[in-house]
Formats: sequence, C-alpha cells, structure tokens
Amino acid sequence: MKNRTLMLGNEAIALALIENGCRVAASYPGTPASEILSSVARLGKELGVPMYAEWAVNEKVAFEVAYTAAVTGLRAAVAMKQVGLNVASDPLMSAAYSGVRGGFLVVSADDPGPHSSQTEQDSRLMAMLAKVPVLDPDSPAQARELVAAGFDLSERFAVPVMIRPTTRVCHACQDILPGGVLPHDAKAEFVKEPSRWAATPVFRNRLHKELCDKLARIAEWGPTAPVLWNPEASGTRAVVASGVAAAHAREVLEGLGLWEKVPFYQVVQPFPLHASFVNHVLEWYDELLVLEEPAAVIEMQLLDRRRVRGKATCAVPEAGELLPETVERVIAGFAGTAPAVPVAQGPQPPGRRPTLCAGCPHRASFYAIRRAAPGGIYPSDIGCYTLGLNLGAVDTVLCMGAAIGQAAGFHHAYRLSGRAVDIVATIGDSTFYHAGLPGLIDATVQGARFVLVILDNSMAAMTGFQPTPASGAGAAGEPTGVVDMEALVRACGVRFCKVGLPSRFEEFVGLLKEALAWSHENGVAVVIAREPCVMAPGASGKRPPAAKPAVTDACTGCRHCLTQFECPAIGFDEAAGRASIDATLCTGCGVCRHVCPVGAIRGGEGEEPR
Amino acid sequence: MKFGCLDRPAEESPAARMQLLVSGVGGQGVLFVSRLLAEAAIGRSLSVVTSEIHGMAQRGGTVVSHLKVGGFPSPLIREGHADGLIVLREENLRPHGRFLSTSGWAVVNSASAAGEGCAFPVHVVDAEGIAREAGYPRGANLVLLGFLLARLGSLEDGGRFFCTPADLRVALDRRFGKNPRALEESLGALASGIRHGKG
Ligand code: SF4
Ligand code: SF4
Repeated sequence: MKNRTLMLGNEAIALALIENGCRVAASYPGTPASEILSSVARLGKELGVPMYAEWAVNEKVAFEVAYTAAVTGLRAAVAMKQVGLNVASDPLMSAAYSGVRGGFLVVSADDPGPHSSQTEQDSRLMAMLAKVPVLDPDSPAQARELVAAGFDLSERFAVPVMIRPTTRVCHACQDILPGGVLPHDAKAEFVKEPSRWAATPVFRNRLHKELCDKLARIAEWGPTAPVLWNPEASGTRAVVASGVAAAHAREVLEGLGLWEKVPFYQVVQPFPLHASFVNHVLEWYDELLVLEEPAAVIEMQLLDRRRVRGKATCAVPEAGELLPETVERVIAGFAGTAPAVPVAQGPQPPGRRPTLCAGCPHRASFYAIRRAAPGGIYPSDIGCYTLGLNLGAVDTVLCMGAAIGQAAGFHHAYRLSGRAVDIVATIGDSTFYHAGLPGLIDATVQGARFVLVILDNSMAAMTGFQPTPASGAGAAGEPTGVVDMEALVRACGVRFCKVGLPSRFEEFVGLLKEALAWSHENGVAVVIAREPCVMAPGASGKRPPAAKPAVTDACTGCRHCLTQFECPAIGFDEAAGRASIDATLCTGCGVCRHVCPVGAIRGGEGEEPR
Repeated sequence: MKFGCLDRPAEESPAARMQLLVSGVGGQGVLFVSRLLAEAAIGRSLSVVTSEIHGMAQRGGTVVSHLKVGGFPSPLIREGHADGLIVLREENLRPHGRFLSTSGWAVVNSASAAGEGCAFPVHVVDAEGIAREAGYPRGANLVLLGFLLARLGSLEDGGRFFCTPADLRVALDRRFGKNPRALEESLGALASGIRHGKG
C-alpha cells in the first residue's frame, strides 16, 4: 500500500492529471501555477506513463498545443497563471464554441492579494466570458478530486473545463494518498468536421446555440452541485462560499459555535451556478452571505439583490485576499455574534522587501545602465529583474513583453514633442521569446530609437528555473531544438546587436554607451547581457571558487554600496562605521568594486576598477 | 431539490491539533522547516495542511509558512490563534507575534537577548553559532528545531509539541536517506540542538 505523502497543491493537480489519463500537458511558467507542469513531467516519468509535457513559448501556444490533442480525442491540459490566461484568451473563447472530443482542462491559477502578480483578476470571469464551466477547489485534496470530475464533465458535454485554484491551494501542502493510474488507451484520431474545427460565422452561430444548451445542462449536473455541509443547521440566514474562502468559513463557523445555527453551502462549480440551487437558496433563506475571491461571480448569479450580502453590498471587501480573520469578522457580523479573539486592526508591518540575489548578473546590468544613461527612461518587464526597481533602473512594468512596446511608445511621444531622451529597456530572455518579438518587429519597422537590453540568463529564473527556447532542454530534461537569439534579433530588422558580460563592468558600460550613441542616429540597438543565473540548480557547483573582494580602510562609511547597489552580501559594521562583505553570501562577482565611489572595495579576481 | 452532504472528516484528538507559524526571509529554509514538521505529522498519522510563499518573496523578502496539524480545513492561521511561532530571523519576532494565541510561545534564532519585553514567552537560541561550533554550518534550522523539541517536550511525554525528536529523525531519514553525508550532518545538528534545549 502506498503511504500518505506531503504534496503541494500544484503537485496534487499534476498527480490527478496523470491518474486520470492526461496525455498531453503544456504550460508557460508563472507564480502560482509553475509547479504544475514540472510535476507532471516528473511524475509522468516516475510512473512510466507515456505522455507529452512541454514548456511552451507562451500560454497561447501552450493552449493551442494541448487543446488540439483534445480535439483528436486524447485527454489534455494546459496550465498557467491568471494573467497568462489573458494571453491565451483568444483560443479559449473560440475553443468554447468548437468544443473537444477528449477531456480538456484549462488550469488557471488566480492570485488574490496579489502575492506575485500584476492584477487580482478572477479567471472565473474569463470562464463566464468564454461560456465554459469552472470548478473552484478549496484545498490540494479537493483540487485533485475536481481534476477527475473536470475530465468527466469535459468529455460528457464536449466542452473545455476550467479548474481555478488560487495561490492558497497551489502553494498549500497537504497529506495526500496517491492512487493508481486509471487505464486510458485513447489513440489520437482527428475526425474532420470543417463546420466545427474551421467554422465560419454561419456555423459559429449554430455552435454558440449548442454551447448555451450545454451550459444549461451543466447547470443541472449532479456531481458538481453545491454541497450543504450541515443539514442539521436550522437558521434562516445561510452562508454560501467557494474555494479557499469555503475552507476558512468552515473553520470559522465551528470556531464561533455557529455550525448548528448557520446553514453552510459550498459551491464547487461557480459557473454555471446550478439553477435549482439558485432557486432553492433564494426561496428558503431570508438572507445569504456569499464568500468567494477575488470577484463576485457566485454573488452576481444570485439574482435577488435584496437578500444577498457580499461584495456588491460591501459586506465583503472587493479587493485584497480574503484572509481568515476577515472571513471571521464578516461571518460574525452576519450572524450577529462577536469574533472569538479581538484582532488588532491597523496596517501590518511591510516586512523585508525582496531583492536580487548576491552576485546576480542583473544587478550589474542595472547599475551599468544607470551609469551609461543617467536620467534616462527605463521601461522593464516581468521576471526577477523587475527587482531592478530597488536600484532605480526600472521605471515601468506593465505586462509580459511590454518593455519593448513601451520603449517605442516613449520614443514616439518624446520625438513628437521635440525632446531628446535616453531610453533603455530591459527584458528577460524568456519574456523576450514569450511576447517581446512582435514588439521588436514593430519598433524596427516603425523606426523607434532606443536601446533594448536582453537580460539573458538562459532560463525563467523567478518561477523556478524553467528552460527557454534557447536552452535545448525540455520539461523532463529531454533534448529539444534551439533558437538562436542573435539571429532572431537580426531577423526582426535590428542592425545593432552585440553580446556583453555584465560582470566585466567597465567594458559593459562602454558597450551600453556605444549602443546608445548608435540608437540615437539609427534605430533600435540591442545589447544581450549574457551571464547565467547564480541560483540555477548546479550553478555554484559549476563555478570555480572565486577570490572575494573585501572592504578596505579607505571606506568612508557613505553607504552608497548598500543603498544604491543593495547586494545582500554587503552589510554595515556599525561598530567600525564601515561596510563589510559577508564571505558566505558573496559569490566573488567583483562588481561592487566598481560601485564604491572612493574605490574602498578591493581584491578578488579579474578586472579591477580603473 | 436536496443537496448533497459531504461526510465530515473524523474528528482528530484535539490535543494533537497544533498551529505553528514559521517565519524568516527568502533563502533561509522556511519551507524546509515547515515541510519537515509536516512530514513528521504525517509520520504520526495526523492530517496536516501548510501554506507557503513562493515567487518573488523568495528572493530575500519576508517569507512565512503556516503549518496546521490535526484536521484543519483552512490553510491559514488566524491572528491570535497560533500555538507557536518559529522565527529564523530575529527581526520577524515582533511583527509576527500578533499571530500568537494567549498561551502561545515563540522560539527565535538569535545571538543576542531577543524577545525582551514581549508579551509572550520567547525561547532564544543562537542556532547559527551552535551549528557552526558543532561543525554543521548549514544545520542552523535543525539546531533550532532540536532545541525547541527539547525545551517544550512532546505531547506524548506530557510536553507541548505534537511530535518527538524520533519523528523528526524518521522524516530526515526519508528525505536524506540516499545521501549519507547530508543525513549525518542533519542528525548531528538536530542532536546538538536537543543538547542545548535540555541544558
Ligand atoms: S565601501 Fe565604498 S560605497 Fe560602501 S560604504 Fe564604504 S565608501 Fe561607501
Ligand atoms: S563581489 Fe561584491 S557584488 Fe559580487 S557578490 Fe560579492 S559583495 Fe556582492
């Protein structure tokens, strides 16, 4: 017999995909969804299940690859974070109409808070927009169950099904008892049906009616109907909740002694909400409190506004994560009791802000950019390097790939106004492939002038070191094809493309200045800052132990290296009144030697400051 | 229409229920500590749920992990409900103290006299110093856990912690069994923590 194992929510989802016969899985990394595909690839290998798992170039392509497998009759899944679903929304809307043959799950992880995202958007609203059913798990264990239910639902109604975990499900760990892999021997077989798979608008109208009919039947489907947890409760005011808010609510209702008094319904399919459930709760109860996050999806389907308390009535906060403390306060207010423990109100202390790692090549790149283009405009992008904010070398972060579009936007706006400015955009390698290419083509075609620095550490570092199209390795480490970044940049019409090593600091600053001068005369200049991530698995093993610099007596205690450069290995010895380097954290990159205005940091290897 | 009714999970002995907050900064091993304790809970056939922080905060930002042993549905601890606070970085002691219940305690890794003036009992241990001295420079977190277990004692022996040092050794063995050196180092660090906790 197998033992209960501690599993991350994302691992539980991956396990369920494999147990339920998923054959093709694709994803683009993004917190909190990243571990789903890496776990699928690992578990598939461990369990010897023949399957195809890929890190796609972006979510749209990932969706199309996995969806098409489902069109051929295989079970398939695509995983992404909520803002990734924006990128994949084009195929999602259309796939809802054309439908599927094999079960197809769209796992879109939301991030209420947000903890690690640009927005708190609700993927369930995207499911409504696309008219596909969505399931909302409250825990890793339930996520696993809903993957099984989702495949069943998807095949029964020939429709894509969304699974919508949130950060607190994806990154919760729970004891899970692994089951067996269910036998699934479907073979790919594409049945041509142009009126469906290549539908023109005439047929689209028919498909839309078909979809509406499917949704009406899904709103009656028993296995995903809401659940009443405490039929013995007799009150006339009920609580309705879904996702992690339902888990908080269960605990709070028990803690406040309300389990016997307040009927508690858990919704696992927020859209389409079961029609008979809507009728039942609106008929039966005087008042309903709806707890869900981040948006009011269930609430807006409960049509009697006079009896429903929720976000629309300001009973529940509209923005920010629904923490259990808030759930307790809201439920206590609704039930007319006092919270068990009075909680100190007021803002929480901010805590320590994240920063780039010691020896991170991005730090050197950013410091060099500020030196080469002081007073410039620095559009940037999504990744570890967003932390260049701390160094004052990141001015804008909009969405994946926007560094390039925004750099062009700044150029055109300033040119129109007759004003000259240095524009240096930064983008990571993975982000460049994901959504940067169309922006670069547009910029060269339209004659924008700026410097683009591609921070190429040959992986998607922040989300857990996933490969990029230039890595030559796939999700399970298998060899893949590669693209050539320089050739790609040139093919976009860029005529200045040079590679530099940011840790060779003075040289790199020189390269940036050359690129700036060229760009002002000619167009987009690209500098590829190519240096591996120091945190990559095995990176420290590969590096020869470097001699480390030290702070000498020349230090004046000005703290410039701490406030402007922020290497975590540099601290301040208050007693001695000067900076100090922690040799256990220091990687010996030597860049700080170029940062100290009086040259007090000496030693170490390689190029010394001039 | 009748609505399905889920079976409520079997009640677990309330004595074995425990809510712990592990707090530190990215890179210190907060997730290692909370997962190891969670594995120890599974080893005792207790159900467990944790909530972790991933993503950008792991780059040196404040990282907190919630650990709830014994049949809790919610993965998060409410303020004022934690039994214990395990602090790997002293600066987090005061800000996270608000999670503790009135009978809560904290253990903090610090070389100085941390926790003076706190409204809750604070056990201070120089886990990094002890680990360095004992020759396991990477074992500070296990020194801290060993110290904590010895200080509080396990429920089994009339103490206050849900698991015993033996449970942790089993969890470590499962984790590092294939790497005898890592196993030896972690068991050694745990043992030196236990010695200091008893002293
Ligand atoms: S090392 Fe240089 S930059 Fe840092 S505090 Fe000393 S003088 Fe200032
Ligand atoms: S050499 Fe300087 S910049 Fe590089 S890791 Fe060490 S302290 Fe940080």
